[in-house]
Formats: sequence, C-alpha cells, structure tokens
Amino acid sequence: MAKREQICLEARGLTKVFGFGRNKTVAVDHVDLTLYEGEVVSIVGESGSGKTTLAKILLGLINETEGEVYFQGQKRDIRSYRQKQEYWKNIQAIFQDPFSSYNIFNKIDSVLLDCIHMRGGRRLPYEKKVELMAEACRFVNLKFEELTNKYPFELSGGQMQRLMIARIFLLKPRILVADEPTSMIDACSRATILDMLMQLRNEIGMTVIFITHDIGLAYYVSDTVYIMERGRFVESGSADKVILTPSHPYTKRLISDVPKIYEEWDLSTV
Amino acid sequence: MGKVILEVRELTTKYVTRFREDVYAVDHVSLKVEEGKSLGIAGESGCGKSTLALSLMGYYFPPLHYISGDIIIDGKNISGMKPDDVRKSILGREIAYIPQAAMNALNPTQKVIHFIEDVVQAHDPTKSKKDIYEMARALFESVGLPASVLQKYPVELSGGMKQRTVIAVAVILGPKVLIADEPSSALDVTSQKMVIKMLRDLMESGFIKAMIFITHELPLLYNVTDDIMVMYAGQIVEKGTAREAVFDPLHPYAKGLMGSIIVPEEGLRSAKLTAIPGVPPNLKKPPAGCRFADRCKYVRPECRVTSIAMREVGEGRMYRCVMSEKELREAYQNG
Ligand SMILES: Nc1ncnc2c1ncn2[C@@H]1O[C@H](COP(=O)(O)OP(=O)(O)OP(=O)(O)O)[C@@H](O)[C@H]1O
Ligand SMILES: Nc1ncnc2c1ncn2[C@@H]1O[C@H](COP(=O)(O)OP(=O)(O)O)[C@@H](O)[C@H]1O
Ligand code: SF4
Ligand SMILES: [Mg+2]
Ligand SMILES: [Mg+2]
Repeated sequence: MAKREQICLEARGLTKVFGFGRNKTVAVDHVDLTLYEGEVVSIVGESGSGKTTLAKILLGLINETEGEVYFQGQKRDIRSYRQKQEYWKNIQAIFQDPFSSYNIFNKIDSVLLDCIHMRGGRRLPYEKKVELMAEACRFVNLKFEELTNKYPFELSGGQMQRLMIARIFLLKPRILVADEPTSMIDACSRATILDMLMQLRNEIGMTVIFITHDIGLAYYVSDTVYIMERGRFVESGSADKVILTPSHPYTKRLISDVPKIYEEWDLSTV
Repeated sequence: MGKVILEVRELTTKYVTRFREDVYAVDHVSLKVEEGKSLGIAGESGCGKSTLALSLMGYYFPPLHYISGDIIIDGKNISGMKPDDVRKSILGREIAYIPQAAMNALNPTQKVIHFIEDVVQAHDPTKSKKDIYEMARALFESVGLPASVLQKYPVELSGGMKQRTVIAVAVILGPKVLIADEPSSALDVTSQKMVIKMLRDLMESGFIKAMIFITHELPLLYNVTDDIMVMYAGQIVEKGTAREAVFDPLHPYAKGLMGSIIVPEEGLRSAKLTAIPGVPPNLKKPPAGCRFADRCKYVRPECRVTSIAMREVGEGRMYRCVMSEKELREAYQNG
C-alpha cells in the first residue's frame, strides 16, 4: 500500500458531453479524483459507464467539456502539440484491445524503437537500442529475436498485451492507465499479465489507474477503488472498505452479481 | 445413476488447414451427461473447447473432419450419419448449439420471430406462422422474456437481451442437449446472471434435458454446472464434480488453473495468484508424452515417453498424469 503523501494527478469536476439535443450523452459527469504518488487506483463500472472516456481525458487524448486536471500540483495545459508530447512522457496507457490502439502496419521492433526515441534515445548506437529492446522483451517473457520483422497482428492476445507491457517498461512513465488490459484474454493468461504489470510497477514506482468491469480484479490489484455508474462516481474508498463493506446499492449489486466460490451466488435476485 | 442423455466415446476430430496441415484439437475425448445434469468445460484459449462443442454435434464440414469415436444421444449413435441427415433430424431437435459470439452474428435485417420461423419450418414446413408465434410466445414468457421481443430487430436489443434471445431461438424445438460456448463472457455481470438464470430455468422445467457449458471462468462454471472437465491441448486432463475440480483438483494443470481464480471475496487480496509459466504446445505436432510436460513443475523423464492414460479415482473422477493421487497430494502439500 502506497503512503498517501504526494498527490500526483487530480481531477475536479471533469465532464464530457458527446452530441447535443436529443442525442446528447453525458459520458462523464462532474467527476473528482485524487491520485497519490505510487498507488494503484481502480475505476470499476459496467459497459457504457464512462470509464474509457474518463481515461482518455486523463490521458489528454480527448478534451474535457468542463472541469480541470492538475498534474503534480499544476493545472494541466496541453493545448500545443509540444506540451502534449511532454505530458505523454509522464502518462501512458495500455488498452483493452491492443490491436485497435496500434498502427498494425508498424512492425513490432518499430513499436519498441519508438519508445526508446520518445525517451530521448534517438542518438544511441543501434546495438544499444537492440540491447534495450531485448531487455524489455525479456521482462515480459518474449524473445526479441522472434519478434523482429513481425507485425502485431501475428501475435496472440496474451503476447500482444505482454508487448504493450514491454513498451511501458521502456517508456517508464510516472502514471500508467491500464484500460481493461486483461478482458480479452483468458483467466489463465490473466494471472501472468497481472503479475508482470505489478512487478513493473514496483520496479519503476509507477502510479496506476486500472480500469475494469471486473470488481474481483479491482479488489485484487488496487489500493483504492472508485465505482462508476452512468458517468458518476457513486462510491470510493480503500479496496477493503468498498468491496467488503459496500454502502451504495449499485456497488452492492455489482458485488452480488459476480459468481463466487465461497459464498452462494443467489440467482433469485435477477 | 440417472439416465444417460449424452455419451461420447473416444471422439477424435481434426482441422485440416489451407496448407494441408493437421491440427488435432479434439483427441480421444469421452464424456457422459445424465438427465437433468450439466457438464462444464474449462481450459485456456486455444485448448479446443469450441472445437469440441462443434464436434459434439456430429455435423462436420471443412476445415473440421471427423476421425473416430462415437456420439450417442439418448441411446442413438449419430457419429456414422450423413451430414444431411444430421442437419435435418438431429440439429436443433436432439442437440442444439450456441456458438461463441453468436449474438453478434444475427442477421440485422430480420426480426426475431423470423429467425424462429426459419428454424421451425426447416423441420416442419407444414407448421403455420400463427402456431409458431404461439409456440415462441409461450417459450419466451416461460423464461421471462417479453413477447414484444419477437417483433424486434437484433439492433433494438441490449447485449443481455440479445443473448437470451439467441438461446431461446436455439432451443425452440426442445432439444435434449444444449451446448453453450461462452454464452455470457461478453456481458456485464448483471446480464450474465440473467443468462445463467434462463439456462437454469430451461433445465429445471425439463425443456432441455442436459447441458454442456463452456467457459474459461472457473467461478462461473462452479456455480452453473454439476460436473467440470478441464481440457488441455485437445485432451481432457481432469474430470470430477464442480466442487472437486475447484477445491481439490488433482492434475497439475487443473491445480494451476485454480490459482488463477479471482473473486471479490475476503482473503483474495492476500492469496497470491499463481501464473502457469509458458504456453501450450503446438497442436500440429503435439509432444509424444504428457502435453503439459513443458510447463509442469513435477515433470519426470517417464512423462515424455508415451501418451499418458487417464486414471480413475472414485466414481466419475479422473485425471491424466503419471503421478498417483497420493504422490500428487503430497507434492501439493509441500508447495
Ligand atoms: N478453422 C480452423 N482451422 C485450423 N485450425 C483451427 C481452426 N479453428 C481453430 N483451430 C485451432 O484449433 C485449436 C482449438 O481451437 P478452439 O477455437 O477450439 O479453442 P478454444 O479453446 O475454444 O479457444 P478460445 O477460448 O480462444 O476460443 C487451436 O489450436 C486453433 O488454433
Ligand atoms: N465518440 C463518442 N460519441 C458519442 N458517444 C460516445 C462516444 N464515446 C463514448 N460515447 C458514449 O459515452 C458513454 C460512455 O462510454 P465509454 O467511455 O466508452 O464507457 P466504457 O468504457 O465504460 O464502456 C456511452 O454511453 C457511450 O455510448
Ligand atoms: S504426467 Fe508428468 S508432466 Fe504431465 S502433469 Fe503429470 S507430472 Fe506433470
Ligand atoms: Mg471501455
Ligand atoms: Mg472458444
């Protein structure tokens, strides 16, 4: 558990509205969030609750309609491309469907090479770059020699997510946003991916925002949990408090609807 | 012991790829499901769960090929039948199948009632639309689906509603056996629960007599099925009651799977997940001995020599390993 000392990222009144008139959707609705240095925070909600939209605002990939983001105590200003580039050295993401977030026509080595360049390693000798890429691949149990000249779509879902973790290994951001990083892979490979993520986090001291619809997973990985329903946070607190003694009816329902192994799963309540 | 509704003996099937390579995805699989019972199939991606589901229907078309074995539904062996006869008299009536991601494959330009008319009239062209409507309405209402759904297009239905509709269409002819491949994996927890409730209602009312349920999520299987089989690289490696498979697995792979369970229950945070290192073997050239050998921490030289037989321990309980039950239990106790 991280010591809650230094605030790393803060959101105040964040709101995102898509469309207008009859087609208006308030995807994120006046959300406040405080992220402390080194902690793992989960955002849990059902499909369409606004998790990915919030993640994209925090990442600076889409603009908020209303509200502010503070990064390391300063109001975030990423209006120019140069400012964005600077911001992205600090905050990076792994997405649910890695195939959609990557230019699939970029070979795998160039995906990794880009990371080295982003960290200012453009001028390094090529052998040094290969060494760094091989080290990142070793970390996630992939063989760099077998990946060169391959395209991302030639990898399995689990290998692809490991490649995404290798990227983060090279980029070493302060904050990682992991949006459903294991929802496309089976329960068995999920443990491997989570292990690697948490090991990386310990190694480089990252702060992690973990987004998931799986409340058990959130309980397992996080210090703090936020529960999101229709764009709003309805409950938040330490993982133990939120999962073991939930107070909001929505949280209670999410927990009771998950099949468990020690407690009975009550089907009469649907 | 109840009446056996589905019995499969040593079923072996393969895919033949574009490059004429054989992929042995279902290798000598045997199973039995009694009336009123459900069987769960667990295993990681690519182990052959979906292929087994497809193979169980006895209806083969390229790239999938039948090699050997028997499929006996309620006393009738369908494995030697011609594909056309299987399609006409078996599918939908004796055995129904809900493919993985079926709900995303519905023709968007047809109303739900039209899917049902197609299914029913393929078996009984004389049945009137009015009779079919009545039949569908009765079934929908009995499983808590509003009859108004019949007049809707797939896009007008939410994910959970669409999946329950797919199930209703699949079972409209009252099949003896239902095979459901990951029917709730893409849904939110609440919709998932409604899908499971519907399947249970169909079983309890006797509308379907036996069910095979496939998923890689063990806590779900544990809550849904009576028995569980664990599949690894095309073979069954463990079979027992749901309780045995989850709380007392014998095969080292099944044991490993239990270590990947994540549930929002006290104690989970302190229990460390155990990842199984490595990847499954290539099914184009599976290893001669135990298929799990490369990932097993108890591997010995004799594991790699010839194929490993199933061992029976107690009624209906089996596992595929060279180690005896006693040896395995000792090994687990010592961590
Ligand atoms: N059409 C096909 N042609 C050739 N090989 C195939 C084909 N479909 C599946 N396979 C192979 O058969 C094996 C079993 O596949 P199957 O889809 O049954 O696994 P699964 O356990 O259901 O996996 P998942 O959970 O990912 O769907 C895999 O090695 C797969 O690559
Ligand atoms: N680009 C967009 N245009 C219009 N509506 C959108 C867009 N992206 C998301 N939404 C809507 O915003 C809501 C939240 O979506 P999303 O952030 O994707 O949720 P989640 O990730 O929790 O599934 C949904 O109602 C969705 O339909
Ligand atoms: S047969 Fe050998 S390698 Fe296979 S599971 Fe048993 S001990 Fe492990
Ligand atoms: Mg999302
Ligand atoms: Mg499958």
